[in-house]
Amino acid sequence: MDLMEKNMELIEVQKLEGHTDRVWNAAWNPVSPILASCSGDNTVRIWEQSSLSRSWSCKTVLEETHTRTVRSCSWSPSGKLLATASFDGTTAIWEDLGDEFECISTLEGHENEVKSVSWNASGSYLATCSRDKSVWIWEVLGGNEYDCASVLNGHTQDVKMVLWHPTMDVLFSCSYDNTIKVWWSEDDDGDYQCVQTLDESTNGHSSTVWAISFNAAGDKMVTCSDDLTLKIWRADISMMHSGEGYAPWTHVCTLSGYHDRTIFSTHWSSDDIIASGAGDDAIGLFVESKQHDSVNGPSFNLLLKKEKAHEMDINSVQWSPSKENRLLASASDDGMVKIWQLETIP
Amino acid sequence: MVSGLINENPTVYERKERRVRTDSTNSDEFSVEPIDQLEIFDHIRDIRDPEHPYSLEQLKVLTEDSVEVDDLKSYVRVTFTPTVEHCSMATIIGLSVRVKLMRSLPPRYKIDIRVAPGSHATEAALNKQLNDKERVAAALENPNLVEMVDECLSPSFE
Repeated sequence: MDLMEKNMELIEVQKLEGHTDRVWNAAWNPVSPILASCSGDNTVRIWEQSSLSRSWSCKTVLEETHTRTVRSCSWSPSGKLLATASFDGTTAIWEDLGDEFECISTLEGHENEVKSVSWNASGSYLATCSRDKSVWIWEVLGGNEYDCASVLNGHTQDVKMVLWHPTMDVLFSCSYDNTIKVWWSEDDDGDYQCVQTLDESTNGHSSTVWAISFNAAGDKMVTCSDDLTLKIWRADISMMHSGEGYAPWTHVCTLSGYHDRTIFSTHWSSDDIIASGAGDDAIGLFVESKQHDSVNGPSFNLLLKKEKAHEMDINSVQWSPSKENRLLASASDDGMVKIWQLETIP
Repeated sequence: MVSGLINENPTVYERKERRVRTDSTNSDEFSVEPIDQLEIFDHIRDIRDPEHPYSLEQLKVLTEDSVEVDDLKSYVRVTFTPTVEHCSMATIIGLSVRVKLMRSLPPRYKIDIRVAPGSHATEAALNKQLNDKERVAAALENPNLVEMVDECLSPSFE
């Protein structure tokens, strides 16, 4: 199915209002029609879709816990737990008890603002990162216990995001130091080391890298930056699956000229559409080109650009995991979360 | 805090005559005037220097030409010149200018702040920090910094 040949449009399904400050991040629950958003108003909002009316409403507000901006939130693979990272230096773990959420644990240790939190594929590890330049790995033990397993130093500046690989226990981080780092424990003994750094010398970004996202198979990755570009990377992960050692990531192509302000977020959908959200208030959608250039490798084309998707900077774009339709959530400095549907126009 | 001032003897300049704006051409009360260079300069010229009892205009840290604006694109860039090359107050000055503009301009505006090229020892690092939205947001949650910024801004609100 070649999307480029159809007339596609990003239709606004609903605008979710409620936050009283900028919204930094939105995260879809992996198993239920629930969306979490977190904000500079120090709260997290849980939005649920009504099975009757199909419309979204705010089910609950997680407040009185974080004392400063909540910067990012992430659901565990089971969908039962929500981790929230805050400028107050802590990461809170919340359990969905049905009609309410309870904060079951608070992870402390970072010296200053926590920027991002990520669960690994099995839900056995959590990773966090901070302006203190470090990345922490936490082991998920039973009984609501979380233990710091590793403190990873290597970045020379503020770490903006951490993300576990979708299928392997390999951790990725990106930073204000313009690099992306890959962390791996070769002997699987919990001793993580930095096995690769993607910087300007390896066709990397020339300014702060804000976000990372993987395709479903986990053999391709997209990153976005203050340098106004998105970069696509690939690795021969079958090599890693067969135990032949670390397979390095290499640059595939750079998408430039589509946004003229910092690109804060990018997300790769399960059906291979890359979304970008930027400081120019626009959402970009990209797909891989059908023309395979055997010399230069794959290239990507702009499917569409939604200008003025919000009134202010877009901080986060996330595709819904739902297979039914192509839903995209966006979060903005204007205090709104919006839900969009990508549709073919007849 | 800082025991000795960064710049003991700053040069103080005369304040420019305030031009009175007469709107003789436009009689339509519902039309919106585009925001121009002078209007933006008026928002920031009286911001007080963090160390001295003078405005950024008086110290020539800011001039009208510091402001580059494109109202149609909702874009403004302010270039400021610290009085000395190793000015550690440059972050406070840059933050103060940004905060004042954020509070004075419509939310559609994109604001870039930078130091004048060649005017500061750590120019690139400073510019990067002043334009990292997340770093600015975190800084403005720091009560000590907010207090310093508010002190610089109070004369400009009169």
